[in-house]
Amino acid sequence: MEKFTIIGSPKTPTINFDGDTGVLEFTGRSIPENSVEFFTPLLDWLELYEAQPKEKTVVDMKLEYFNTSSSKCILDFFKRLERINGALSEVQVNWYFEKDDEDMAEAGEDYEAIVSLPFKIIEVEEIY
Amino acid sequence: MAVTDVYDFYQKLEDEQVILSFKGDFTSELLTSFLHILEARMVELGTDNRKKRRVFNVLTESFQNLYHHIDEFNSGDSITKRSALIIVKHVDNNFVVRTGNYVKNNDIQNLKRKLAMVNSLDSDELKGLYRMKLENDPRTDKGTAGLGLIDIARKSKSKLDYDFIDIDASSSFFCLKVVIE
Repeated sequence: MEKFTIIGSPKTPTINFDGDTGVLEFTGRSIPENSVEFFTPLLDWLELYEAQPKEKTVVDMKLEYFNTSSSKCILDFFKRLERINGALSEVQVNWYFEKDDEDMAEAGEDYEAIVSLPFKIIEVEEIY
Repeated sequence: MAVTDVYDFYQKLEDEQVILSFKGDFTSELLTSFLHILEARMVELGTDNRKKRRVFNVLTESFQNLYHHIDEFNSGDSITKRSALIIVKHVDNNFVVRTGNYVKNNDIQNLKRKLAMVNSLDSDELKGLYRMKLENDPRTDKGTAGLGLIDIARKSKSKLDYDFIDIDASSSFFCLKVVIE
């Protein structure tokens, strides 16, 4: 399956989705004015991945910060993964936060509370 | 206006401890520049990472609130009403984000209700409201999440200070002040 890659910008994260390894990675900040426009191609790719997911799907969220407009899109992304979790693939979300960044840790807990996917909230020295 | 009046403006900004301000039309590129300048200033000021991220968060949400709401005034309205003001101050090691923009009187009731609601909640209740709206509310007709004010209150850890000034029959000026301690 073709890899999906977006190089980050000051307002959008770097995206590395690898359909061959099942690792989907977000790195950086996500604060575009129009988040739907940014996230639509990601969700389109995910639809292709859903047809042939790996046994394990690992999401690595390494976000520095994100705006509320992105928050809804991130939820859409997780909701999409809920559909394949279990029967088709074993999905694991790794939500990283930088030491002392309790806001980002709490943001991970927000999603963990809403989404039926296993979350690991992981403290790291530096996010990237 | 005398040419030397610029000194009064300068002194006023200095007295008020303003580190960044902009008045005009809010464009997408402007936020990038804003964050860039602010980042450099916060490095100079020795601001810790946690506060830095909170200031970025509050500034981004405040800025994008203005960005999304300015266009409620269409080209039929005066250019003045389609511009807004944002000011970032650094006072006693706190950051203060102040915004001013025109709003339609028809929208004020709803806005006041949201502001009063956010200010009535403690941090756990804000978290609960945020999660509930994130999970259940549809996007606004502008495609935004409708979570901006809640997020600003959550990240700033302080009550929002606000007021409205009557302008004319259809519009008012909305003043908002957020302190990040």
